[in-house]
Amino acid sequence: MIKGTVKIASEICKGCELCIVACPQDSLQLSREINLRGYRYAELKDDNCTGCINCALVCPDSAITVYRMPKKSK
Amino acid sequence: MEENVLEGLECVYVKPDTLTDKYQHYCPGCGHGVVHKVLMEVIEELGIQDKTIGVAPVGCSVFAYNYMNVDMQEAAHGRASAVATGVKRVLPDKYVYSYQGDGDLAAIGTGETIHTVNRGENILMIFINNGIYGMTGGQMAPTSLPGQVTSTTPYGRDPKKIGYPLKITDLLANLPGAYYVTRQAVHTPNAVRKLKKAIKNSFEYQLLDRGTCFIEVVSNCPSGWKMTPVDTIKYLEEEMLPQYPLGDLKVPQNN
Ligand SMILES: Cc1ncc(C[n+]2csc(CCOP(=O)(O)OP(=O)(O)O)c2C)c(N)n1
Ligand code: SF4
Ligand code: SF4
Ligand code: SF4
Repeated sequence: MIKGTVKIASEICKGCELCIVACPQDSLQLSREINLRGYRYAELKDDNCTGCINCALVCPDSAITVYRMPKKSK
Repeated sequence: MEENVLEGLECVYVKPDTLTDKYQHYCPGCGHGVVHKVLMEVIEELGIQDKTIGVAPVGCSVFAYNYMNVDMQEAAHGRASAVATGVKRVLPDKYVYSYQGDGDLAAIGTGETIHTVNRGENILMIFINNGIYGMTGGQMAPTSLPGQVTSTTPYGRDPKKIGYPLKITDLLANLPGAYYVTRQAVHTPNAVRKLKKAIKNSFEYQLLDRGTCFIEVVSNCPSGWKMTPVDTIKYLEEEMLPQYPLGDLKVPQNN
């Protein structure tokens, strides 16, 4: 499986959960903590992210950066 | 995230630089942010940041110029396409777009909208259809659905009394001035990918000078619809899309 991960800007996130329902791997969840504006924010819950960028595409606040293992060059 | 977690991984998605770092005032889950983002991604990818001028509307996206890092002009309510007409005619070498909600484009600005497209102005018009007036507190828009409860239709919109959803995009597609007319959405990753492609095509068509490009984006308004953002996805899919089916309404002819 392709290995990826996400970095979520917790102070920008508004906890809308759109990334959580868009994730095919069910890798994301809302935090228990709240950020300065009072929102629970999205965070990785499992280490099974594939770096598919679906979450980043639907995030209205552009809070997500996605990383992925480079494809093997032949 | 610790650096070691990222070791060996490459960045495959990052917010475009053409979007400012300013915190957006939109409600959680609002589709405006998604459209801003893909629009700015396209401008970054095409390398046209210094050649693009946007026109912002009155409505929730009235502050779009705070987020879109291109030259922008604010227009009076409903008049964005008329202002964009002026900008493009004075500066024909710039890429010009207008960005408007449904209350702006399809209610108070209906006249300007129709005549801009009828003149075939060489601009891109982006139309955010969330079926409601978001900014002013969730009043009925011309695009509201039959039966939709809004603050001005507390018993649901009754088409017999106050008309049917105005499919202004369908009307515009019939005008000879329209070059490319399409209806896209923001509710799934794939919809966002297609929206981005439509925006990219539209900017490329602007070089051809063949007429107006018009993109309707079926969007959401969690606050006005009084739903959680996640619930708006289902509503958009099940209630909005049957009235506003996605796809191209007019595709460019090669001549
Ligand atoms: C001349 C004038 N009439 C009415 C208003 C009040 N007003 C502000 S925004 C708006 C409608 C906004 O709805 P829409 O264009 O759908 O944008 P949204 O807020 O949903 O993004 C109205 C009626 C105004 N600002 N100016
Ligand atoms: S990149 Fe894909 S797999 Fe990873 S968290 Fe986002 S949606 Fe889930
Ligand atoms: S989509 Fe964006 S704003 Fe919404 S919860 Fe996810 S990271 Fe936060
Ligand atoms: S009122 Fe509606 S359209 Fe306006 S920012 Fe909130 S969710 Fe978006």
